[in-house]
Amino acid sequence: MIQGLLVQGVQMALVLLLAPLLTGLVRKVKARFQRRRGPSLIQPYRDLKRLLGKEVVLAENASWLFRVAPYVIFAVTWVAAALVPTFATGLLFSWSGDLIAITALLGSARFAQALAAMDIGTSFGGIGASREVMIASLAEPAMLMIVLSVALIAGSTQLSTIADYMAFSAVGLRVSLALGLVALIIVALAENGRIPVDNPATHLELTMVHEAMVLEYSGRHLAMIELAASLKLLLYVSVIACLFFPVGLAYGYVVGLVLYLVKLGVAGVLLGVFEMSIAKMRVFRVPNFLGIALMLGLLGVLLRFVSEGM
Amino acid sequence: MAIFSGLALLLCFGLLAGPTGGYAFDAVREVHPLPGTAALALILALIGTGSKAGVVPLHAWLPLAHPAAPSHVSALMSGVMTKVAVYGFVRIVFDLLATPTAWSGILVLAVGGITAVLGVLYALMEHDLKRLLAYHTVENIGIIFIGLGLALAFGANGLATAAALALTAALFHAFNHSVFKSLLFFGAGAVLTATGERDMDHLGGLIHRMPKTAFAFLVGCVAISALPPLNGFVSEWLTFQAILLHPDLPQWGFKIMIPADGALLALSAALAAACFVKAFGVTFLGRPRTAPATDARETDRCSLAAMFVFSGLCLLAGIFPGVLIDLLAPVVQTVTGAHMPTQLGVAWLSIVPIESARSSYNGLLVFLFIGASASLAVLAIHRFASRALRRGPAWDCGFPDPRPATQYTSGSFAQPIRRVFGAVVFRTHETVTMPPPGDIRPARIEKHISDVIWDVFYAPVAGAVWYVAEVLNHLQFLTIRRYLGFVFAALVILLLALVLWQ
Repeated sequence: MIQGLLVQGVQMALVLLLAPLLTGLVRKVKARFQRRRGPSLIQPYRDLKRLLGKEVVLAENASWLFRVAPYVIFAVTWVAAALVPTFATGLLFSWSGDLIAITALLGSARFAQALAAMDIGTSFGGIGASREVMIASLAEPAMLMIVLSVALIAGSTQLSTIADYMAFSAVGLRVSLALGLVALIIVALAENGRIPVDNPATHLELTMVHEAMVLEYSGRHLAMIELAASLKLLLYVSVIACLFFPVGLAYGYVVGLVLYLVKLGVAGVLLGVFEMSIAKMRVFRVPNFLGIALMLGLLGVLLRFVSEGM
Repeated sequence: MAIFSGLALLLCFGLLAGPTGGYAFDAVREVHPLPGTAALALILALIGTGSKAGVVPLHAWLPLAHPAAPSHVSALMSGVMTKVAVYGFVRIVFDLLATPTAWSGILVLAVGGITAVLGVLYALMEHDLKRLLAYHTVENIGIIFIGLGLALAFGANGLATAAALALTAALFHAFNHSVFKSLLFFGAGAVLTATGERDMDHLGGLIHRMPKTAFAFLVGCVAISALPPLNGFVSEWLTFQAILLHPDLPQWGFKIMIPADGALLALSAALAAACFVKAFGVTFLGRPRTAPATDARETDRCSLAAMFVFSGLCLLAGIFPGVLIDLLAPVVQTVTGAHMPTQLGVAWLSIVPIESARSSYNGLLVFLFIGASASLAVLAIHRFASRALRRGPAWDCGFPDPRPATQYTSGSFAQPIRRVFGAVVFRTHETVTMPPPGDIRPARIEKHISDVIWDVFYAPVAGAVWYVAEVLNHLQFLTIRRYLGFVFAALVILLLALVLWQ
């Protein structure tokens, strides 16, 4: 019990501490590919510290919802990230929510974010919120289809159980798992507002989605939202790692931790390379892109029978 | 529609009663109809109760009728009356008919999935607050019917525990829907009395004028969007758990139909969240768009109390779902012959639909975790970070425009989704007229939405009724001699028919 509580606590602290580092790594890789030196790896921590020290400039007609939303977004994302096994399975509280609940918790965070964007009544807030819900309306079903196909293979929606199943039993290469991986990567790109769906580095008016929603935020509120965004990126990387690359979850905490750091590093570099090698899409191409993920997820569920039948 | 559905139900009961004509439930249970008769009775039951519940394509009356009533009556109509139809369906199909067949499951699943997605898409196109809520009733009825279809599918294959899970999910969702839909209609009613407006595009900024109503309405929005930790999530989660059991079914139809329904369910949940961001954001957030919205007053205490009671129920059902599942167990037991495992004994009040290794959810812990980590963040920030705060004009990328017309409206908010889904479902198209430079006419964008279901199913019927009425209209302007002639002719024909019959 004590040990379980400790592991759970370490997990919660770990995701919180590592999240800005992952964001920093992706930025660094992208900068190196642009032949810039780029900010240091710990720049996101400095940014957070700077934001926390600044005063908040609040729009005159901001309501309580606008001030509460950053904390809600942060808390919900943090809880969701704490439920994902990172360096060990069998977390103390992992049974309190399964993969469907984690998806829905991220949905709650997005709901709060989109509402906060509408609160000031600026056109940028509206454009960000309406595009975000359009993207989410396709990304969420795609995510749930992936959950469905993985859960059908592992016989559970509990992330810990699935990770154990994937790590210990000879699952082998399966068509539906491959489809699920591709679909999950697409969903992760869209949910985190990465290129080609959205550009996290832009303030170019007509292409912003996530940035348009947080345009009115400043100071500590912005720090909370930035941290939540980093956490979300870490969460998706952790989910991909734990579903499809559960290596090392079985060999004790130290090996698990080292391998988890390696996995994060690889994911960060790959994401940076990927983002540098393609261009951003037009907003109305995004539904096609996400439609692919949805179809792949659905095919993954259907093909499970095919691969079983053979 | 009422007469039509009554006709279908009467015929259905007639078929169920069989040749002996015993209409008591016990007598009906004794009759074992032929497969063909049973199938016809099931379809008639689906038409009869479905049109009362608002199942697509029999939903057309619902979004017109429900918003027309005063808001508390709308709440009753959407929250309770549609559930009577669901009760009727469960009673007829599961209890009286009692011989579920596999194809009936497929039929109900298909109807449910289509209803859920079309209902929410209609709602997204809507800018009238109460009609939006009425369309969401259609969506939620679809979700309930997905659960019922799953229960039929599992029941037909003798998987009683799985059927019990699916039926519990459906009934749980029926309860949830009656709670949060009543809450939302009360909120819409409060807005209507405060401003005299149902059109969201004439509202805005009400969170400042009506903070309590806004809070209660927000709870309802989160609940109906199936977001944890409130109740809407629990019932959709249970439905997903039932969907995950579908590999046990032998029929290939189900192996394709049920995952597809899962996708439709997920799609409808995500679109519902989008729709309620729109409903809450346009109505309560932003800046007021008209004078009535600027001068709105908070509603009276009784209405607020009613809304807060329902908000509390949404939260309680969300964090203690086990209690409700256990309360539903006797009903599910009588209908499917099995029930879900008793939930109250489970540690930490989690819910475990089948077994703990498979899936579990604990709304209470999730709620406490969110509360704890949010408080931790607030404490840490207020302890260690800057607490300075300054009010200033909105930033808006440097060019804030004070006119409220620059805000997003319900139409512009839904435009991306209309563009993605509407081209197929509503045959939407936009025409943009852009005058050349120098021309002072305003640029215009016009959208055209056509309701395919209305065009296909209802317009021909309405046209035929209109045509017949036109023709028969001449009969109203005859002389009394001709009327007497008609009466005499009718009498002769009747007598002739009687003679010929014998």
